[in-house]
This record gives sequence, structure tokens and C-alpha cells, in this order.
Amino acid sequence: MEHEIFMLNRIEFLLHLADNALIIGHRNSEWCAHGPALEQDIAISNIALDYIGQARNFYQHAAFLINELPHESSVFSIPATEDTLAYLRDASAFKNHLMTELPNGDWAFTTLRIFFFSSYQYFLYQQLIQHEDAQIAAIAEKSLKEVTYHLRWSSDWVIRLGDGTTESYQRMNTAINALWPYTQELFQENNFLQPTKNILAQIQTDWNEKIKNIFEEAGLHLPEKSVQYQGGTKGFHTEHLPIILTEMQLLQRVYPNCEW
Amino acid sequence: MEAAINDKVWSILAAIMDPEIPVLSIVDLGIVRSIELNNQQLTISITPTYSGCPAMDIISMQVKMSLLNAGFELPIIKQKLSPVWTTDWITNYGKQQLKAYGIAPPIGKSFDGAYLEDIIVPCPQCNSTNTLLISQFGSTSCKALFKCLDCMEPFDYFKCH
Ligand SMILES: [Zn+2]
Repeated sequence: MEHEIFMLNRIEFLLHLADNALIIGHRNSEWCAHGPALEQDIAISNIALDYIGQARNFYQHAAFLINELPHESSVFSIPATEDTLAYLRDASAFKNHLMTELPNGDWAFTTLRIFFFSSYQYFLYQQLIQHEDAQIAAIAEKSLKEVTYHLRWSSDWVIRLGDGTTESYQRMNTAINALWPYTQELFQENNFLQPTKNILAQIQTDWNEKIKNIFEEAGLHLPEKSVQYQGGTKGFHTEHLPIILTEMQLLQRVYPNCEW
Repeated sequence: MEAAINDKVWSILAAIMDPEIPVLSIVDLGIVRSIELNNQQLTISITPTYSGCPAMDIISMQVKMSLLNAGFELPIIKQKLSPVWTTDWITNYGKQQLKAYGIAPPIGKSFDGAYLEDIIVPCPQCNSTNTLLISQFGSTSCKALFKCLDCMEPFDYFKCH
């Protein structure tokens, strides 16, 4: 029994990592063919693709562990695959951070979100490379290389817009005020984070330092005080997640098992 | 495994090209990790290059088709994430092929290359080192976009990973 709870927590943790990557990947993919310039369109589409790939790796591993569970105790439909986990779960089963599901807004909002989120992933994956589950460690090591590029790219945009024109500076400030209320959820403890609980504080310290340095270079400031939202990891989402899922899952819901 | 079969399988794999870079074989790309034969059952382990690389599914399919065509039973293709693929595994021949194809091969050891502004990438057309980074992301996950300031041609750089 104890082992089962342990495994269920691990599966939830994997779904959390996968959902985060899938949802932010989907958001970024919405920019495909709408980027402000060809090179940036290509860049954000590539970043989206990296995220979807990370999501696939985490879902595949989650599916493997789900299928290993004793059948009678499984709360998941079996056999699970990466596709059933991405396409056949309801919004309340998703465990992504709220930040990832917010609509794209303008380029400042989009690049700032990637900056906040990839900074978080950068420090998280560095820790997960030591994870006792060798597959999680391997996915983290692979993903870290990609996230390093995302972080570089998004840092450049935060600096460029913050230290740019009056309008770009204003837009970046509007984005900071809009996104900041969703930042502290990244460091919220949670049951399924059990094995990583003790590293969250370290990740938060590293994250704060990174944000501070880039903001300084960009001439930007952190908001003084702000409300903080949370609930995504527990399945309490904004109204935006069901809308994404409706679009993403439509085909599998309407034509179950359809392939093309 | 018999050496003859081993050689044969490797030579079949060496003829399979990366679908996005048709001069680079999957063996030179360094993604074939192992070949095993158990009671007629071939198992090929390959390491994905990038998490979201759509070429991986096509490559798996091509490996299956080529081996079937050569008279082997349907092989099992295992995707192995660890150890993580790195551009260090691209063979020297593979790097020459990349350059001849117009893609600047990765410079330096795996991850030193993340700071693209800090490296000098010679132009694969005219060898000039007077080149400029245009974008950290290129036409596929593995590439960045550069421009040569001498011959004025834009070119792809195979990023270090
Ligand atoms: Zn040139």
C-alpha cells in the first residue's frame, strides 16, 4: 500500500511536469505563423516543439508506470499511453501551473512568460538530474539543454523590450504586473512533490536571483506587492484551460482512437 | 552476434539518412546506440536528438523498412534517452558532410556552445570567419541561423547540444 501511494505520487508528479510542458508548448505553438518576424516565428515554434517533446517523454514514462500499477487500485484508464494522458483527461485532472495556461497576450507577455517559466525549469531540471528515478533524470538532462536555449532567448527579449522604446518598456511592465501574481505558485509545495519538496526552496532562491539580474539589466522592477493565485497543481484552473483542451482534444473526443 | 550479421546491420543503418539533412546518415549522426540479436529478434537502440524532433518517428520507420527489405524479421526499435545524445557523437565524417552540404558543423564540445554570440562560426561556403548570428533558432530544432558578412550568404549552424 505504501509503495502504491509512493508510485501514485510519482505518476502525479510526472503528469504535472508533462502538463506544464504540453500547455505552455501549446500556447507557444499558437504563435506559429503569427510571430513578429520570420526568425522569431521560427524561434518560438521551435521552443513550442521542444516543450511538446518534453511533454511526450514525461507522459510516456507516466503511462509506463500507470500500466505497472495493480489494476484494481488504478484510478487511471488502462492501458494508458501518452495520447490517452494528453487527449482524454479533463481540465480538473490537469496539474499544470496556472501561468502556463494564460492566453498569449502580446509579444512582451509571451516572452516574459517564457523567461519566468524557463528560468524555473532551468533550476528544476538541474535538480531533477539527480532524481532517483533514472528515467526522470534522463529526461531532465535532455530537456535542460533545450531549456538553456529558451532561457537565453527569452532573457534577450526581456532586456531588449525593457531597455527599448517607451512603448516596449510600458508593454513589458504591463506584462510583469499581469504575470507576477502567477509566479509564486511555481514554488508551492504539494503532496506529489514530496520527493522534490526540499529542493523547491533552493529553486526559488536561484530563480529570484536570475530574475533580479535580468531585470536589472533590462531596467525593469519587480512589483512591490501583488496578489498571488494558486490551484493549478490541484486541478483548480482558470477558465482558459478548458478552452485550450477543447481545441486540443476535439478530434479524439469526437472520433475516439482516430489516427491520421 | 555473428560478426558478419553485425557488419551487415551496421552497413544497412549507415545507408539511412536523416530525413532533414539527407547527407548525414543516422550512424554518422551518432544516434544508433546498439544492435542486439536474440533468437532472430533484432533490437536496435537509438537515442533521440531533441525531445520534440519529428524526424525520430520517421527514422524508426525507415530502420524497420530497411531491415525488413534486407530479409530480417521485424526489428524492435528502442528509444533510449540515457545517456543523453550530444553533438559530440556526430562523427568527423558526418561533420565534413554537413559542411559540404552548407551547414556549419557544431564547434567545440557539447554544451560550451550555448552562448552562440561568443563563438566564431566559419562560413561553410567561403570559410570566412566574419559571420554574424541572426537567430538562435533555425529551420529545425538542431540549427541556428547565421549570416556571412563576406559572401553575404545566410547559412545554418548545427547547434551544440
Ligand atoms: Zn561566406
